Amino acid sequence: MIEVRNLTKKYGDHYAIEDLNFTIEKGKIYGFLGPNGAGKSTTMNIITGCLAATAGEVTIDGHDIFEEPTEAKKLIGYLPELPPVYLDRTIREYLKFVAEAKGVAKADIKAQIEKAMEYTKITDYQDRLIKNLSKGYRQRVGIAQALIGDPELIILDEPTVGLDPQQIIEIRDLISSLRGEHTVILSSHILSEVQAICEIIMIISRGHMVAVDTPDNLEHLFEGMTTVELLMEGSQAVVEAALKDLENVSSLMAEEEEDGVTKVVLTSETDDERTLCRNIFTIARALDLPILQMKTDKASLEDIFIELTNSETDEDEEEASEVPELISSDPGKEEDTSESGL
Amino acid sequence: MKAVYKNELSTYFTTLTGYVFCAFLLFFAGLYTTIICLKNQFVEFEYVLGNMCFVFFIIVPVLTMRVLAEERRQKTDQLLYSLPISTTEVVLGKYLALLTVLLLPLAVICLYPLVLSLYGAINLTGCFLAILAFFFVGAAFLAIGMFVSSLTESQALAAGLCFVILLVNYFLTTITGYISSKAVVSFVGLLAVAAVIALIIYLMTRNYYISVVMLIVSAAAIFITYVNNQSAYSGLLPKILNKLALFDRYYTFMSGTFNLTDIVFYISVAAVFIFLSVQSLEKRRWS
Repeated sequence: MIEVRNLTKKYGDHYAIEDLNFTIEKGKIYGFLGPNGAGKSTTMNIITGCLAATAGEVTIDGHDIFEEPTEAKKLIGYLPELPPVYLDRTIREYLKFVAEAKGVAKADIKAQIEKAMEYTKITDYQDRLIKNLSKGYRQRVGIAQALIGDPELIILDEPTVGLDPQQIIEIRDLISSLRGEHTVILSSHILSEVQAICEIIMIISRGHMVAVDTPDNLEHLFEGMTTVELLMEGSQAVVEAALKDLENVSSLMAEEEEDGVTKVVLTSETDDERTLCRNIFTIARALDLPILQMKTDKASLEDIFIELTNSETDEDEEEASEVPELISSDPGKEEDTSESGL
Repeated sequence: MKAVYKNELSTYFTTLTGYVFCAFLLFFAGLYTTIICLKNQFVEFEYVLGNMCFVFFIIVPVLTMRVLAEERRQKTDQLLYSLPISTTEVVLGKYLALLTVLLLPLAVICLYPLVLSLYGAINLTGCFLAILAFFFVGAAFLAIGMFVSSLTESQALAAGLCFVILLVNYFLTTITGYISSKAVVSFVGLLAVAAVIALIIYLMTRNYYISVVMLIVSAAAIFITYVNNQSAYSGLLPKILNKLALFDRYYTFMSGTFNLTDIVFYISVAAVFIFLSVQSLEKRRWS
């Protein structure tokens, strides 16, 4: 459906997105996930032809968005970050304009408008001026606008921002109901939202794609990993030396806090929390290092998201290379990631 | 293009803008017809239009200020970019809607000479040609206004800038009267114009290389022609500026001569500014 190759957008000297590559398959719901300013909107704007790219290409069903914009745009319904509505028109007038501009056949216009309004539950408000509608309803009008003309591809930039919880559920149901007939890409910085409705999650950070996979697979990335947080009495050097010999430890971070207490975060490639904790206890007892606190944790999708998007924010370039490493800590899964993603 | 045209036109007439515009134009047309044709018994209806040209200072900024600026402010330009219509179609649709709004009161004004002809010997052809000229001047100004509106997202700024441009154009012949006709003045003036154009190109494209090359090429061309043919440069700058005075051409129409070159000139001005508006919108996608 969509092929994105080496897509780059530069604002002055700053790269908004750099060398993005991905493929969107027909009939699936994709979630674009990333913190604010990661390049989600920029990518969507380029895919929909609202913005020109510095380099790279985007083809939609074989139509290059830069070479054949009209053909390509006919396949897309787009809701930008702010719903692009004309405030001094009524909903019906506005949707009629969009339908005409999209080249919907005259006979179908009425039916299309009715359908879109029904879908987004705005039929009762059709003769109100858009400026008199609340943010949530404007958002719905924006979504209705994207649905008009039954485009195969529907791209929604943060569709649930500014809605109340009830409306969020409704919009999610609406998006889920598009599954199969339409290909949907939506962006969000809220993980649970993407997790709930998307079949494939694309995590983007600082203009780079850091992970593309199904929600389940992403969670499996960290399966078999256990994180232990420890507070031990003892200097950093002593604690570090003591715990170094633990089996299967993939990362160990020790930091001395005040009063000779050291905080340790260690990750182990084991499922067996109990054995891990017992081993730590044995070592601590042998060396007489009192454990003040010990907490174990399984990695959740939330952690993965934070891990993937944060590790890049620390330092610039060198950190960027750390991210793939993070994924490759489980080599088998890494294959998986690239396969189902591309 | 049709969708944009229809949408734009209905915006003018669901808000007050369209009605106020028509009322304004018709009010002054009526006022001047009463004063000139009825009170002072002139048979030349053209004088009415000639005296009315100041209305452009008000109607053009008011009509054009929101046309593209507002799209940008409300972010509805994103919708236009994502719809399967080209930027040219958007701009043309909007421009045609502007022309339609201008045509409506002019259609009513066409009745004036018809009514007047019942009471005196009126040169109807002359009157209608004058109205036609009025339309073309208006068309050229509206294109300029639309371009100005494409440059900013503030309506007020667009209106102000448009007003200043019209004002400078109005006084252009007066200003050029003060420019010395010495060749060297024209030479320096043209160099200055070349520099300003290069600067504008730089501001629009942010491409240092292109603007410098442009400046060097145009400066070299000016310099070479100046060295080769100094006499051609005497009075050249005022001559060029006078050519650009849109209002002066308008007055020749109102004195009863219909000059096709001037109509072509107005159409060219409109075409150039429509083109620039399209470029200005396109450019925003690249920034």
